[in-house]
Amino acid sequence: MNSIDKSPVASTTPRIVVREAAAPRPRWQVLLIRPETVTLLLLVLATIVASHLSPFFADLGFILESSTYYIEFAIVALVLTLVIISGEIDLSPAAQMALSACLFGTAFKAGLPMPVAMGVSLLAGLVMGAFNGFLVTVLRLPSIIVTIGTLILYRGLAQVLAGDKSIGGFPGWFVGIDYRMVGIVPVPVLVFVAASLLLGLFLGITIYGRQIYQIGTSEIAAIHAGIRVRRIKMGLFIASGITSSIAGLMVASRLGSVRYDLASGAELTMVLIVMLGGTYIFGGRGSILGTFLAAWLLVIIATGMTVANIAINAQLTVMGLLLIVSIIATNAIYARSQR
Amino acid sequence: MNSIARLFRAREAGILVMLVLFVAVVGLIQPRFVSVDTLRIVLLAVPLILVAAMGQMMVLVSRNVDLSIGSILGFSAIAAGMIFRDHPEWPLSVGFAVGVLSGAALGFVNGLVVTVFRLPSIIVTLGTLSLYRGLLFILSGSKQIDPNDIPEPLIRMAQTSPIDIPWIVIIAFAVAFATWLFLTYTQVGRQIYAIGSNPAAAPLRGIRVMPVTILVFTLSGALAGLAGLIYAARFGYVNPGITGVGFEFTVIAAVVIGGVSINGGVGSVLGTVLGVLLLGSVQVALPILGVSGFWQNAIYGAIILIALVIDRTVRQGGLRGLLARGGA
Repeated sequence: MNSIDKSPVASTTPRIVVREAAAPRPRWQVLLIRPETVTLLLLVLATIVASHLSPFFADLGFILESSTYYIEFAIVALVLTLVIISGEIDLSPAAQMALSACLFGTAFKAGLPMPVAMGVSLLAGLVMGAFNGFLVTVLRLPSIIVTIGTLILYRGLAQVLAGDKSIGGFPGWFVGIDYRMVGIVPVPVLVFVAASLLLGLFLGITIYGRQIYQIGTSEIAAIHAGIRVRRIKMGLFIASGITSSIAGLMVASRLGSVRYDLASGAELTMVLIVMLGGTYIFGGRGSILGTFLAAWLLVIIATGMTVANIAINAQLTVMGLLLIVSIIATNAIYARSQR
Repeated sequence: MNSIARLFRAREAGILVMLVLFVAVVGLIQPRFVSVDTLRIVLLAVPLILVAAMGQMMVLVSRNVDLSIGSILGFSAIAAGMIFRDHPEWPLSVGFAVGVLSGAALGFVNGLVVTVFRLPSIIVTLGTLSLYRGLLFILSGSKQIDPNDIPEPLIRMAQTSPIDIPWIVIIAFAVAFATWLFLTYTQVGRQIYAIGSNPAAAPLRGIRVMPVTILVFTLSGALAGLAGLIYAARFGYVNPGITGVGFEFTVIAAVVIGGVSINGGVGSVLGTVLGVLLLGSVQVALPILGVSGFWQNAIYGAIILIALVIDRTVRQGGLRGLLARGGA
């Protein structure tokens, strides 16, 4: 204790309280209570439980094959991670996937060559993302409600475009991306791994990556530090749109056809992956590594439940519960660790 | 205060003008739209949205949002329907109680999670949207409630009443009136506005934010539960995979057209009623105008975005304020 604190004159002169700074946490503790560590532990745990449920499960090839359904959403979740770290949210990617895929299908049906039709789809993703970005950064509307509005709008436009019919008949080379293998690894998984590496590096070592964290931690401070907040956010929304249209094309290839209800309800899956990975819902914290691990956690859980014969509809319960529990847990972890 | 009161009045007048204009324009294109029959169809389309909109409006006023009402509606309709099916000898009121109370319980859970852990309601209710949908599949065993399971008196409520207006319409407007009384004349009702206008200042004025917010979510759940019974009465069946899916978006669209600000603190029952009527008219007008029903969702989405921009424009003082630089 400090002597100034105890001195009797303290009652007449202003008290000077000297507090010792909290001792820094040991490094192992900091690492252990990181959300990514929790995700990794859960991943190991889930794998053990799932392989006890069925002997087929312990087969890496089986897991990789069954992952392709979730990997499409996981790819979008990588970009969504950046958006949430920057303090915004995008609930519209699933609808963007549907609309861009339906545009692709319509363009193909109209007789355009495949590369042009795919270009149309990517352009649509860019425009949709830019529209979200415009509403959020130029009109300064809250992204959370804006993207609910655009989610209904984009899905509705997909419905107008495709009606309740499915559009198919794509050429053979386009169909079945999930059956194209490199070794035992399906192509979509490779795309996911490559995108994770790329975005992980972007977020971790480029100046833009650091700026995204700064924007999410304190937007006002970021503006005063001369960071081009609007431009970066606009870029993130556009990236989200383009990635969604790529994911939409992958679904179209996997299913061999497109419908307006493609990826319906997938906003839950995407947000769930990001939250499971320990990204802080209020912005400023999170990592691509976490999202990467969480994607595999979700694949294991979902495949495990399917192997255990739990109906898809009942699985919704677990997914919803997981989302809520993971955001409570992440919140608790960040509230404990020093801000 | 006076100018704010005037703004409220202007908002509702604006929605009313939009409603009249819409009816007039559609009536010019297709004269048979302006008829007693159309009015009856609109009135029948409205109760389902109106009842849930009262709950959603209170949630939005408290600066939250409830995305799970579609699943709550489905859950309550299934729960009540199972009572009707398995115990036809029990009075109708038991089924009603089960529907409304199960909705209230699910809403209570939403409120509890949002307030205890201080989480954004949009993410929490996105989670419970799926959670409750999954639970209702488990509860119902994926079986739908058939028309012959639903008691005759309940179906009749969607068709008749002593004064030639179906009971469900009377119930819905009674709920709206009760909501208005609650928000205007009770202390808790005013506190909801206070919390939404400034969540940080509310506790300083002695408002207990947590119980009031939980109450708001519980009421929203209970009203979604009541909407579930109206659904069963009107359509005569309940399907676990269809009932209430996407319903939250319809309701949010109606409430936002009604001038309820998604930034909390602003919104009136009258405006919401007008918003619901306008949305109901749009629903009925589309097929009459020969527009495919596929347009419905796109129109809802556009409506929400336009309402957002108008809301922001009003608060920023015109277009110039809206586009002013600075901030982010």
